[in-house]
Amino acid sequence: MMGAAIETVGLRKVYPAPKVPGRRRPAGAPPAEGVQALKGLDLRVERGEFFGLLGPNGAGKTTTIGILTTRVRASGGEARVDGVEVSAQPVEVRRRIGVVPQRPNPDRSLNVEENLVFHASYFGIPRSVAAPRAQGLMERLGFADKAHAKIDALSGGQQQRLMIARALIHEPRVIFLDEPTVGLDPAARLGLWEILRELHAQGRTIVMTTHYMEEADQLCDRIAIVDQGTLLALDTPAALRAQAPGGTLVELALDGDAEPLVGAAAAVPGVERAEAKGPVLRVFGPRGGEPLPALIALAEGAGRAVKDIQLARPSLETLFISLTGRKLA
Amino acid sequence: MSTVALAAPGAADDDGPRVSAARVFGALLRRDVRVARKELPSFLLRTTLQPIMFTVVFGYLLPKMGFLGRDYTAALLPGVLAVSLAMAAVQAVTLPMAVDFAATKEIEDRLLAPVATHWVAVEKVVSGMLQGLVSALFVLPLARLIMGPIPGLTLSHAGEVLAVAVLGAAAFSAMGLLLGTAVQPQHIGLMFSMIVAPMIFFGCTYYPWRGLDAVPVVKYLVLVNPLVYVSEGMRASLTPGIPHMPLAVALAMLLVLTAVFGGLGLRAFDKRAIG
Repeated sequence: MMGAAIETVGLRKVYPAPKVPGRRRPAGAPPAEGVQALKGLDLRVERGEFFGLLGPNGAGKTTTIGILTTRVRASGGEARVDGVEVSAQPVEVRRRIGVVPQRPNPDRSLNVEENLVFHASYFGIPRSVAAPRAQGLMERLGFADKAHAKIDALSGGQQQRLMIARALIHEPRVIFLDEPTVGLDPAARLGLWEILRELHAQGRTIVMTTHYMEEADQLCDRIAIVDQGTLLALDTPAALRAQAPGGTLVELALDGDAEPLVGAAAAVPGVERAEAKGPVLRVFGPRGGEPLPALIALAEGAGRAVKDIQLARPSLETLFISLTGRKLA
Repeated sequence: MSTVALAAPGAADDDGPRVSAARVFGALLRRDVRVARKELPSFLLRTTLQPIMFTVVFGYLLPKMGFLGRDYTAALLPGVLAVSLAMAAVQAVTLPMAVDFAATKEIEDRLLAPVATHWVAVEKVVSGMLQGLVSALFVLPLARLIMGPIPGLTLSHAGEVLAVAVLGAAAFSAMGLLLGTAVQPQHIGLMFSMIVAPMIFFGCTYYPWRGLDAVPVVKYLVLVNPLVYVSEGMRASLTPGIPHMPLAVALAMLLVLTAVFGGLGLRAFDKRAIG
């Protein structure tokens, strides 16, 4: 059967409302509303695809990964990994996946090599097979010299790479990475990109969450932009960039509320759309520099001083801002 | 970066290695045995130091001074064994689990093993049982050495001793599962002083249950304490000459407690494990 590597249909997750200590719900009162992390997410990831889930904190990315990796129970909808329904056959799903968590969680009671060999043993792989495989992974990922070290002796970047080695030791077909480069220095991040590209080239399906635009742009075949539990856009990075509105984004930071200027700004020649976010006036237009003098004059005419000006070329970043009204990071 | 290639995934129609639950369970248990062996000295110190000190004072010094009769050692030894067994079993499960769930999330790699989640919990209980038994086996000869000859001590009911030890370890290990999933790490100290310490002192560890005939209220109140059944089971099988609770009652209660703690613990574990 050659279905999708991952498929979700109307996936929903509601986390129970946090309990307020010392306060009881009066009899007959409706239960407190939970937090809706996912509001009916539809995704389809093809086999061998490098798929990015892009969104700000709280978008539902980690919840989505949690459900697909059997660690979070969905409140509704369907989720399939490699054709297997996650809620019905979690054990079958676990057999097929490798997971790199957001924060490294190695087994600190074991040394580095034991982390890999024991993890393999949980998948029924004997030591005779797992030990050379672990050695190869540690060499390739650049921490073979730490094989017998305690976990505490590893740097953050090395722990992250240990997590990648652990996710690969049982040679899964689908690999999930939840914000794998958060907290890594730039060199370690580039090193990780190289590894991910290699895994992708081997035909593995990779699902990665990130809130770094550049990372998604550089690595992914397709990107889903999610925010507040909803899918906003889904396409290749190039196609998404092309959807970015009006070319250039101009941001003027004023010394007061920008809202009263929106109407006049939208009427300035060369402006396609204008909006306000607190003291920031955002303007989209085909050529960024052109309306700038008129916008500054407009602001000053209204008694506002311009504190700062930023221009952004069409990018995933500008698309994201136009879709969600806010910045990613 | 070196040029060693990462292994390629299996062919598309090969959906990964199949593995039985028993094999995964064995691997999980081997992991815990490896860790326990590494930590054995500190583990034994933590779980047996208090009972051993008690043995020195009440089983050696006080009888030597003439404050206690030699017969008291026969009542004390089974209780000391019970404390060592029960505390080791409960701690072996509770401490790592509370920290794992609340802070480090280290257990995650085992929760991703291709096995139903409750097997991960059952494995923890079995591993806790083994550690409880090791602790009791360590204390028995040591306590005998410190106390000297103990009147009425017999190993002729070894099978019964083993049954009490295994069921006692199971009950307390299962209790450890329930506590480990329920207690926040910052409350562990509180739990030990509020729950465990009273349990030890009112667990018929340092006096036989039938001795409480003199104080009937306490005699019946202590029956809510699971440790009573381990202590009394040990007395019934190791020093049967001392008046004790019937062995069958102690064993039956330990079985019931294992089932209750185990059932509640498994439910709590599944809840904590899957969000």
